[in-house]
Formats: sequence, structure tokens, C-alpha cells
Amino acid sequence: MPEKGKILVYGYGNPGRQDDGLGAAFISRLEQWIAENHFQHVDTDTNYQLNIEDAAAIHPYDEVVFVDASVEDIHDFDFSEVKPDNAKVEFTMHAVSPAFVIDLCRKIYGKSPKARLLHIKGYEWEFEERLTPQACDNLDKAFDFLINYLKTND
Amino acid sequence: MSRKITIEPVTRVEGHGKVTIHMDDLGNVTQSRLHIVEFRGFERFVQGRPYWEAPVLVQRLCGICPVSHHLAAAKALDVIVGAGTGDGLSPTGEKMRRLMHYGQMFQSHSLHFFHLSAPDFLFGIDGDPAVRNIIGIALTRPELAVQGVMMRKFGQEIIRATAGKKIHGTGAIPGGINKHLTLEEKNEFLHGADPLNADKMVNWASEAIEFFKNYYAANKSFIENFAHFPSNHLSLVRKDGALDLYHGVLRAVDAEGKKVLNDVDYQEYNQYIEEEVRPWSYMKFPYLKHLGKEKGWYRVGPLARLNTADFIPTPLAQKEFEAFKALTHGKPNNHCLLTHYARLIETLHAAEMIRELLNDDDLLKGELVVKGTKQKEGVGLIEAPRGTLFHHYRINDHDQIEMANLIVSTTNNNEPMNRSVNFVAKEIMTGKDVITEGMMNAVEVAIRAYDPCLSCATHALGKMPLEITLVNSENQVIDRKRSFS
Repeated sequence: MPEKGKILVYGYGNPGRQDDGLGAAFISRLEQWIAENHFQHVDTDTNYQLNIEDAAAIHPYDEVVFVDASVEDIHDFDFSEVKPDNAKVEFTMHAVSPAFVIDLCRKIYGKSPKARLLHIKGYEWEFEERLTPQACDNLDKAFDFLINYLKTND
Repeated sequence: MSRKITIEPVTRVEGHGKVTIHMDDLGNVTQSRLHIVEFRGFERFVQGRPYWEAPVLVQRLCGICPVSHHLAAAKALDVIVGAGTGDGLSPTGEKMRRLMHYGQMFQSHSLHFFHLSAPDFLFGIDGDPAVRNIIGIALTRPELAVQGVMMRKFGQEIIRATAGKKIHGTGAIPGGINKHLTLEEKNEFLHGADPLNADKMVNWASEAIEFFKNYYAANKSFIENFAHFPSNHLSLVRKDGALDLYHGVLRAVDAEGKKVLNDVDYQEYNQYIEEEVRPWSYMKFPYLKHLGKEKGWYRVGPLARLNTADFIPTPLAQKEFEAFKALTHGKPNNHCLLTHYARLIETLHAAEMIRELLNDDDLLKGELVVKGTKQKEGVGLIEAPRGTLFHHYRINDHDQIEMANLIVSTTNNNEPMNRSVNFVAKEIMTGKDVITEGMMNAVEVAIRAYDPCLSCATHALGKMPLEITLVNSENQVIDRKRSFS
């Protein structure tokens, strides 16, 4: 059980599909930063995609930040609140959304953490384990942003 | 005016697909097809890569069943490094892999039942789609939702302990495994705080079977008349005929139980299995060569496995197996919806196997890797949650992969899935003026019974809303609606 006030940063996506690996790359960099800076109040997790058991994984936390690659029409990254009451039921098990996980968590455990989504713009999705240069740039910007956010909330 | 109804994509299956239902002027269903776009790019992608990378590379195929691909590739490479054809590993190597595999089977089957199937059983296939999902279960039967979440979590933790990590696991390597289980991990899985321990998982798996049996008893006629048709059934079985999801010989039986493929060595699978190309689908249609295209197609997966196996080598699952076999007086079961029953029996078997393996000290110590005389070619077969998965590699003198062929479970089930769609469409849509959401879902219920992983089959990222398009015979869209999402 995490200590009170802890934040979970959870990246997801398939690193074998180029920019779909942004979430995992973000977590890898964040773990290194946490170790180097002896940052105490952040836990990390990563997986290919979100799924129903993540409702159990997130429920002890006060806050969770999901990190995912995005195909949406955004410039470099977007940071937004995830509200459980706008959860849509996704039809494939590949695509359980953060809102779904939060909603399921709330219905099972009676509460859910405050949740935010860090969407990082990606461009290519082929069988290759390498981020595109533009995605790397976006990752840098998103990383700097979240570090400031975490420090502010420390 | 004749009509063509398109359901795109199929909901609640992995990835996405499209169902097209053709109707004539009188409202009769004349033809139904499940379209899946298959790209064979992955086999080309691994060409030129060092062979030892394959067990990790193949996990790029799919984020749902990476463990099955990981193990099937490792089994093929066991042959290449001279470690035998699946039964030549060290006891530690084989048992660690089996633990990983049964963890995968347990979590995948649990997810399918609680997330995908149970909503149809609880709320009816024509129930309100707004609640016909796991969120609806969480609201009405929260204990079931918790059960589903925790069973999936337990299986995932087994995978993490054996494969090393959640993403791109590295546990299985050519000739064996790269780690032991720790004593702490063993104790946690066996005696962890409720509910995350092996005994609880066995109990919950048994309860899930009771849940389905009750549903079956109350809906016997519906289940037995839904998409039932005779077929061949194919799977691995242990050499003594036992259900074995990790290794064995290849067996197929016909609809009456006669063996039509008699426990053959899967290294020679291409002597027995052919893949047919049809112009309207990119996904191939495998069949048993000696029976031909018309009579040689087969099912794979939980129903097929319980039809080919003679017994299950764990006591609780064996008891359920006997009850299951009694339904058809020992003959193969050809009822599409009883695939769910078979899947739950396998879930119980997986839980029992996990508990049995965790009590085996070979997991904690012993030789990890075995190697012998290198070979140029190897085939790895495994019973993935969705059915038999084939990986075949050939390497060159520089240890690079020069040929790869994969037949995934969903491809093996291509023909029976199409027949199921056609069966259901004719039963429920013929003569109807209005196609309701419940009717559409009935078609999808037939597909979901096979738990198809379209991401594996298509090697594509699947993420689309459900869209239904109604087109006339001149390809004019006369109606389009987006279903609940």
C-alpha cells in the first residue's frame, strides 16, 4: 500500500510500435530521474495497455497520471483531467481508457484517485522499436512539464 | 431492393473486424462474412534479425497475448539450439515456462469471461448496451467485478515473476529460461493475503463454472441452438491423451470423435496443414490437407481442446470435464456457446496447475538452459488461450532468420467464425424489417465465443468505434449509425 499523498505515474503502449512506445519511454526516463533525485512520493508502472486490473492498481493512490501516445490533433502534448463520470465503455480489450479504469475503480472500491492524462503526440506506428525524432522532441517537452508538476505537488 | 449490412468493427474482441450481411429483396440473409484485414508484414520484419531476438521481437505483434508468442517462438528456437522439440529442457526451464503459460491462460480466460462474456449472460444478449458491460457488472454484481479484476491481476503477477517484466518479457530464451522463481515470490503466490493467492484463485475459478452452469440450466435451449454446427477440432494433446496447453502432439478429431489427425509430431505440421487464400479476405483459411478444403477445416481453442483431449490431469478440472463430456455422451461438443463453459474449465485447470507448480522446488533451483547441436529450422507450437499457435523459423549460416511463418489461433478459427456468423445471421435476421442492436450483438456473441485476437491476426493496432452501415446492392449507403460506445 503506498504512503498517503503518493502519485502513480502510469505509462502505457507498445514500444515495439514506434511512437506507441512514448508511454514506456517516459516511464523509463522518469524512473532514472527519480533515482537520481531521490524523489520519494512518486511510484511508476507501465504496460502494453490499460486493463481492468488497473482499477486495483490505482485505487490506493491519491493521484494517478496516465501517460500515453496520442494520435489526436494536438501540438506536442496535452495534460488534462480524467473524470470518471465521462467514462466510455471501450469495445476492445486493447483500448480500455483511463476514464474507464477510473470509473471501474470508483464503482468497485467506492472511490478513485484524482486522475490526469498526459497525452504525447506520436507520428509513426510501424514494427520498429524507436521513437521518431518529432516524438522524442515532444517527449522532452512533456517530461519537463511533468517534472515541474510533480515538484510543485511535492 | 437487396441490402448489405455492415457491422464495423466487431465490438469487444481484440483489435477490429467487420461483418457484412447480405440480404435479398425479401429480407432473406443470403450470405454473411467476417472480414479481417491481415498483413503478413511481421514475418518479413523478423527476416535478417538474429534468431535469439525472436522471443522478444514477436511480442510486438500484440499487447494482449505477448506471452503466447514469446513462448511459441522460444519453443521453435529450442529446436534450433539443439534443446529438443519441447521436451528436452531442464526441469526448471520447462516448469518455469509452464508457470508463465498457465499464468497467461488464467488471466486471459478470466478477462474474457468477466469482461466480455459475463455481461451477455447477466443482462441478456439483447440487454441494454449501456449496462451490458463490466461497468454494469460492477454496479449490479460488484463481487463478480472484483473477482474478474483480481483473477486477471493474479495471472499478470505470475507472468511478471516468470517473464521478468510486463512489457517485452525476456524470461524464455532459446533452450530454457533466464531466471528462477524466488522463495518470496513462491510464498506470495501460494500464501499471499486474501484474495491474491493460489487457493483463492482455484475457488473463484470453480465458482465461475457454477455461475455458467446456472446460466446454462436456465437458458439450455438458447445455448444449444445458438450457432451449433459440426466441425473438426484440432489441438495439442499430451502423448497419453491428456489436455496439455504447453506441449504435446497434434491431434484432430471429427464431429463424431474419430481421430482424423492421429497424434503427429508438430515439427512436420506443414505436411498436414495447408492455408487457403480466398479473394474476399486477407486472412487465410487453414485446413487439414488430406481432408481437403471443404472437409478439412477445423476449430481450435477451449472447445476444440476439450473435444480432442481424453482427460484433464488435475482433479477438479477433471471432474468438470467429465460433466462436460456427459452433455454429449462423450462425443465432441459442437455448440459454439459452450466454448465459454470449456474456457472456464480450462481456467480452473490453469489455477490448479499454477498451484501444483508453485509447490515444486524445481522452480527455485536447477539448470536453466540446455543446448545441443544447432539446427537450421524449428517449429514451436503452443495452445494459446484462443487456440493452437504455430511459429516456424529457419536460419542461415550467419544465425539470421531467413524465413518465418506464423499461423495464429484466430486464423485457425477463420472458417468456424465465418460459419457461426452466417448461422446466427440467418437465424435471427431473416425476414426482419428492422435490425436491432440486440440482433447485431447476437452476431457478435457468436464471434466473441472464439475470443478472436484480431490484432494478432491483422498485426494492426485496433482502436475504432462501432459503426454500422447499411448499403444497398448498388453500394449506396442507405443508413449508417454508430452503436453505443
